[in-house]
Amino acid sequence: MKKRKPIGWDGKTLKEMIQESEQLFKDTRRYYGIDKLELKTKDPFRYERAYARLRGASESAWETALHVAASPIVKEIGELCFALYTPEGDSAVVSTGIMVHVHTMSEAIKFIIRENYEEEVGINPGDIFLNNDCLCGNVHTSDVQTLIPIFWEDELVGWVGGVTHQVDIGGVVPGHDLTCTVERFDDGVHYTCLKIGSNDEIWKDHMLNARRSVRTPMFWELDEKCRLSGCLMIRDATLDFIKNEGVEYYKKFIRETIEDGRRAFIARIKQLLVPGRYRASSFMGNTSEPIQLKPQATTAALSNMPLELVVKGDGSLSLSFDGSSAAKRFSFNCGIGAMEGGQWVLLTQCIIHRDKVNDGAYLAVDKDYPPGTWCNPIDPYLSYNNPWGLLIPAYTSMMRCLSYGFFSRGFREEVVPGYALTADAPQGGGFFEKGPLAGQYWPLSTFEISGQGYAASAVTDGFNSGYAMWNPEGNLGDVETWEVIQGGIPYLSRQLKPNIAGHGKYRGGSNFETVAMIHNSRNVTFFNAAEGLTFAGCGGMHGGYPQATSYILRAEKTNMAEVVKNKQPYPLGDPDPAHGEFERFIKGKITRIPEGMMIPIGLKNYDLVHWRESGAPGYGDPLEREVDLVKKDLKDAIFTKDIVYNVYGVVAAYAETKREWLVDYEQTKKRREQLRKEREDNSMTFEEFYQREKKRIVDGNLLEPVKRSYNESIQLSKRWGKEFLEFWNLPEDFRFKLEEE
Amino acid sequence: MKKYDKYDVETIERMIDGKLPWLELRLILSEEKDNDRFEKVMEIMQKRVSWKEKILLPLHEHLYIVSKEGKRIVKCDCGYEFGDYRENWKTKCRVRVRDTNESLDEIYPPYMHSDPEWEEIREYYCPGCLALLDTELAPPGCPPVFNFLPDIDAFYEEWLGKPAPDKKRV
Repeated sequence: MKKRKPIGWDGKTLKEMIQESEQLFKDTRRYYGIDKLELKTKDPFRYERAYARLRGASESAWETALHVAASPIVKEIGELCFALYTPEGDSAVVSTGIMVHVHTMSEAIKFIIRENYEEEVGINPGDIFLNNDCLCGNVHTSDVQTLIPIFWEDELVGWVGGVTHQVDIGGVVPGHDLTCTVERFDDGVHYTCLKIGSNDEIWKDHMLNARRSVRTPMFWELDEKCRLSGCLMIRDATLDFIKNEGVEYYKKFIRETIEDGRRAFIARIKQLLVPGRYRASSFMGNTSEPIQLKPQATTAALSNMPLELVVKGDGSLSLSFDGSSAAKRFSFNCGIGAMEGGQWVLLTQCIIHRDKVNDGAYLAVDKDYPPGTWCNPIDPYLSYNNPWGLLIPAYTSMMRCLSYGFFSRGFREEVVPGYALTADAPQGGGFFEKGPLAGQYWPLSTFEISGQGYAASAVTDGFNSGYAMWNPEGNLGDVETWEVIQGGIPYLSRQLKPNIAGHGKYRGGSNFETVAMIHNSRNVTFFNAAEGLTFAGCGGMHGGYPQATSYILRAEKTNMAEVVKNKQPYPLGDPDPAHGEFERFIKGKITRIPEGMMIPIGLKNYDLVHWRESGAPGYGDPLEREVDLVKKDLKDAIFTKDIVYNVYGVVAAYAETKREWLVDYEQTKKRREQLRKEREDNSMTFEEFYQREKKRIVDGNLLEPVKRSYNESIQLSKRWGKEFLEFWNLPEDFRFKLEEE
Repeated sequence: MKKYDKYDVETIERMIDGKLPWLELRLILSEEKDNDRFEKVMEIMQKRVSWKEKILLPLHEHLYIVSKEGKRIVKCDCGYEFGDYRENWKTKCRVRVRDTNESLDEIYPPYMHSDPEWEEIREYYCPGCLALLDTELAPPGCPPVFNFLPDIDAFYEEWLGKPAPDKKRV
C-alpha cells in the first residue's frame, strides 16, 4: 500500500492528533491541555464574534438545507442538524435542530480516524462519507449522517457533519423505530462510514443502490442532497472565516472554544447544583405478545435502567448505569453512540444552553455503561433499531437527578421531574389501490412525536404538546402535511385526550388523541411503539405522579363504509376507555390491549386505528393543588370529574345551563380531609412494607420477566446487585429460580 | 436595606408559591441566574418553618436537612423528624403500594396505567402530616431508591467558600 502524506496538523496523521488530544486531556483534564483561554482573554470581542460567525453559518445552513429535503420530518419540523468538528472529531460549533446527533457524529468521525481511513481509504478534499451504523456513532439506522472534511491547503482543518431522520430505512417492516427487530440484519440498510462521493458530488452507483434499499427513495435522495448542501455551506463559510481571520487563529479558536465550553459547563454545575450522589430508576416492560416475526425474539422482558449521577467537588460529573439488565434479542439495545447522544442533548438543554454548546460538556462527564447490558451490549449482531425505547425513559432519571440539585440550590423553576416517551409512534405503510396514485407506496411515519407534553416544574404546570428530549425545539408539524404523505390513512379526528397528564401540585403537560382510517389501500402494515406494561420513565417528583401509559386500540372488519355512506356518527377518540366510542358507534372486531408496544399487523380498508401522544410527569402532592386550577383542568379537558374527585379531592359538577364547571368548595374541603385520612388507613409502616415485599422475593412470587431482570442486574453489576442482596438480607449467591431453567 | 442580585426575596417567594405570571417567570427561566438564590431561598424557608433548627439544605418541597443537637437530620416542615440525613428518609415513611388494577384505577382510567405485576406505584407519606412525599415506580421486590445524598461540607466549603452553618469557622 502506498504511503500517503499525513493530512493532520504540522505533519501529523489524524490518528496521532487524536492520540495527542486524548493524552493531554488525560494528563491535565483540560481539552488539549489548554491552560489559558488566550484568545478570549486577549480580545474577547473578536473571540465572541468568531463564535457567532461560525454558529451563524451552522444555523444558516440548517435553515437553508431543510428546504432541499422533501420529507416533512426534515422540511416541516426541521429534524436535522449540523455541526463543525475539529480534525479529531470534537464538536466546536453546532446548529439547532435534532441536536442529539451532534455527539453521535463526533463518534463517527473518530471511527473514521481510528480505522485508519487516512491511509487505507483516503480522505481528500471534496470527499463525502455516509454513516448510519449504530456501532460507530449513531443512535439507530434511521438517522443518517453525512460527513465531509475541510481542507486548508494540505491540512485537514476540520469536519462538517449533518444528520437527518429518515421516513423509512429499509428494515424488515416499514418504519423508522421498529418494534419487531431481533438482529442487525432486520434493522435496514447499513452504511458504515462509507465513502459515497468525491469532488463534492455523490457517486451515481451509491445513489442507485441507496434508492433501492429503502421504501421511500425520493425522500432518501432529497434528504441526502439536503445534508450535503448544508455541509458544503458550512465548509465554505469556514474557509471564508479562515481567509478573514487566518488559519492560525482558526486552529487555536476551535480548540479554545471547546475548553471554554468545558469550563462553562463546570461553572454552571457549581452555580446550579449541589455536590453529592443522586439516583433515580426507570423500568420498561416490552411486549408480552407471544407471536413475533422471528422465533428467536425475546417476547417478554423487563429492562432495569438505574442511574447514578455523582456531582463531584470539582464540578465534574460521573454517570453510571450500574445495575442495568441485559441486552436482549429485541429492538431496544443502545450502542455507545446512543448513550452519549442522549446524555449530551440533555446537558445542553438544562445546563449549558446559555453558553458555548459543544463537546466541552461531554468532556466533563465520566461514564460507566456496564458491558453486556442494554446500554452496552457489545454484541454487534443484535438489533439496535429502536434504542429510543430504553434511551428515553432511562435518561428521564438524569433530568430527575439534576432536578434534585436544582431544587436544593433554590432554582425551583429549573426542576423537570422527567419527560414523556416520544410516543405513540404509529408506523407502517401501504400501497394506494385506485386513482392516479394507484400502486404507489405511502409511508406512515408521523412525527407528531416531536410534540409531547412537558413536565411540571416546582413552580408551575407543564405545557401541552410541545417537547421532545432529542430535539429541544419540539415542533409536531401540521396535521395536513402528515396526511399528504400518509394518504392511505386519513385522520378522522384529533382531540384533547383527558387524564393523560401526570398529577401533582403542578400537573404535567397533556396531549391529544387521533383516530385514523385505512382507505383506498392494499397491503397495509401497521404498528405502534409506546409504553404500556410500565410507566415511561421515573415518574413524578416530590409526590407528583407519572403521566398515563399508552394502550392499543383498533377496529378491524368494521362497518365504516356504511357509517360514512349514511353519515352516521363515528368515534372521534377514546376519552373514556371504560365506555369506548369505538364500541358505541361502530361494528367490527375491536381490540383493546393495555400494552403500548405493538408487533406489526396487516390492516384493510375501513379498519380504524387510535393513537395518542403522551402527557408528562407532575410535581408535588396533588392535594396541594389550588382548587381553581383543578377547575380549569376540568374546563380544558385535562382531567375528568371522577379522576379529580379521586386524586385532587375536588367535588365539581358541570352546569349545562351556564356551560361551566362549578366547584363545591365546602364538599371539596371535606373530601380532601377524607383523602388525607385514607392515606393513613390505606398505608403501612415501612417495616410492614419491607416484610411484605421480602416475602414475595423469598417465595418467588414475582412475574418471570421481573425475576429474570433482577437476576441479570445482580449478575452484570458491580454495586447494584450487592446493594439489592444486602437490602433484603439475602445470601450472596441468591438468585431467583426461573421456569426456563 | 439589603441588596440582592437581580431579583428580590419577594419575587422569589412569589415564584415559590406559584404566583408569578408566566411572562415574569419566563424571564427568570431564560435570563442569567441570580448568584444569591440559595441565600434568598434559605431566608424564605427558615422564616416559614415553625421550628427553630437551622436549615442546612432544602431537600424537598416539605423536607429539609437541619442541624439539631450537633447532628444533621431530615425534618419535615410539619416537625416530624426522619433521622440521619445519610439514611434514606423513605424508610421512615408510611407506605401505600398501589399494586392492583383497582387501586391504580383510582388515579388513571383503565388501560392507562402500568400492569401492577410489572410495575407498582409506591406512595410515601410523612408519618407526621400525611403529605405525599414521593411516588416511586418499581417492579415488586425492588428496593426503594435513595434519591439524593448531598455532600454538605463540600457544598459550603468548596462551592460557597464558607463553612456549613453548623460548623464553626476555623
